[in-house]
Amino acid sequence: MGLVIAALAVWALGWWVNLRLAAGPAAHSRVGRLAVAAIFGVTIIAVWELLVRGLEVPMVILPAPSLIAQRFVASTDVLWADFVQTFLKGALGGYVIGCAAAFAVAVLVDRSDFLRRGLLPVGNFMAALPIVGTAPILVMWFGFDWQSKAAVVVVMVFFPMLVNTVAGLNETTQIQRDLMETYAASYWQSFSRLRLPAAMPFIFNGLKISTTLALIGAIVAEFFGSPTLGMGFRISTSVGQLALDMVWAEIVVAALAGTLFYGAVVLIERRVTFWHPSQRE
Amino acid sequence: MKSVLAVLSVVGALVAVWYLAAIPMNIQGALVEAQRAGVAVEPEDAAQRRQMGGLALAVKNPQVIPAVWALKRPRLPAPHQVAVELWKTTVGKKITSKRSLVYHSWVTLSATLLGFAIGTGLGIVLAVGIVHSRVMDMSVMPWAIISQTIPIIALAPMIIVVLYSVGIQGIIPKAVISAYLSFFPVVVGMVKGLRSPQAMQLDLMRTYNAGAAQVFWKLRLPASMPYLFASLKIGIAASLVGAIVGELPTGAVAGLGARLLAGSYYGQTIQIWAALFAAAILAAVLVGLLGLVERVTLKRMGMVR
Repeated sequence: MGLVIAALAVWALGWWVNLRLAAGPAAHSRVGRLAVAAIFGVTIIAVWELLVRGLEVPMVILPAPSLIAQRFVASTDVLWADFVQTFLKGALGGYVIGCAAAFAVAVLVDRSDFLRRGLLPVGNFMAALPIVGTAPILVMWFGFDWQSKAAVVVVMVFFPMLVNTVAGLNETTQIQRDLMETYAASYWQSFSRLRLPAAMPFIFNGLKISTTLALIGAIVAEFFGSPTLGMGFRISTSVGQLALDMVWAEIVVAALAGTLFYGAVVLIERRVTFWHPSQRE
Repeated sequence: MKSVLAVLSVVGALVAVWYLAAIPMNIQGALVEAQRAGVAVEPEDAAQRRQMGGLALAVKNPQVIPAVWALKRPRLPAPHQVAVELWKTTVGKKITSKRSLVYHSWVTLSATLLGFAIGTGLGIVLAVGIVHSRVMDMSVMPWAIISQTIPIIALAPMIIVVLYSVGIQGIIPKAVISAYLSFFPVVVGMVKGLRSPQAMQLDLMRTYNAGAAQVFWKLRLPASMPYLFASLKIGIAASLVGAIVGELPTGAVAGLGARLLAGSYYGQTIQIWAALFAAAILAAVLVGLLGLVERVTLKRMGMVR
């Protein structure tokens, strides 16, 4: 009971500190914003820990954060092997192939107005479909190892990337294209100097959407069959063994991988599209 | 009109590629069946055939090619086989039959809709809180944005098992997964929407001496509608994926996800493709319906450009 009261107290304290910070002058600084978000996160974890201990929630329902951290530290080698299998091989491999293929198709499609009119609605339609459903088929075709996961990821990221790239390549105005014409620029010159740079914000939008899709595809595809490692495999088997601390450790890995992957793409985007209004402070 | 023609020709090209791709994918199986039926095939040794590529086999045995579009368990079923299976399992079966795709679609759809309603409702409530409270904005919003970058669907198997162990089963666990998948897109979209009125418009409301509630109902909420519909469309697609994935880990007996899983266990490829198309049609109908509601609503509000 004492721990439950402590949890309520921690919650009240965290909220009070955040109230003071948000109302004070610190709210407008970068550090202040970070601090408020961080305090909220830490408060949630502390309350979680105290409540699980205080109410004696069994581990098969919700393990305490400290248990998850222990499991994480104790099985870093397993987690790393799963990470390599699912993220580096499956998700990243498929992401690179899928995005490159979509970009190439977009550049080809862009040369013909007819193709663009036809492919954009189809691509938009496909991007909204539950494409993870192709996982059992692709697992059947490419076997249980990471190749089939990469194939699922390729199919998943292809259409969002295609639609965004085609839309981006269309972004230049007639006046800009006419200007390139008066410079006697060839197709590839005007492509590389004008239309590709103008398309970059859209391309990066597609790349950012695809980071999450890639991880989802790689993990869900493992539910349909995988070798005895991988994040999706570990999650589904650990759930079966009621080893929920392992499941949560795996989810922590997935969350870190997803956030860092997205963050990396955002960093590259800032470098490449520094001129875009949304990137200026 | 020109666009319709373009779309049709792209779809036609895709179907043609599909039929062509079925030749090298299925030729091995077709040759085995042809040999059993007593037709001469080249080369005769099955082990030797396995070494060869699908295209080379197709060139050597052109007489077998029609059979690749009529196999019972093809690696890649032909479009018409999938269409026939879809027709048989939707129109040809009673809706209550365990083999009817309408029945399985309804199982998945009910979980999707329930989860979508819960997720959207909670998302809008949280968004209203975030817009009106500075503390909530600064505390919750960064985490809501970060949550978009992590594959939260990885939680699905755990939610199913945990809810099962506390005695909840059936539609609720799947709906919970659907709900949290549609929750975050709605929060992020709605916060953007409720913030979309310009400072000048907000100032005008101030000069009218409008209270916070009046500003909300008369300015912020109407202004957020385009953003709401955009995120609803993302949310419903995510909900459907959630419901389908939610059916995988427990080996559920009903639902489109269960159909996919059963098909992959027993090598019933046509069944997998039919379930996949059923899911695709369901998603298209749901997104299309939302698009229709969006058009009508925005038109009546005078927001369509």
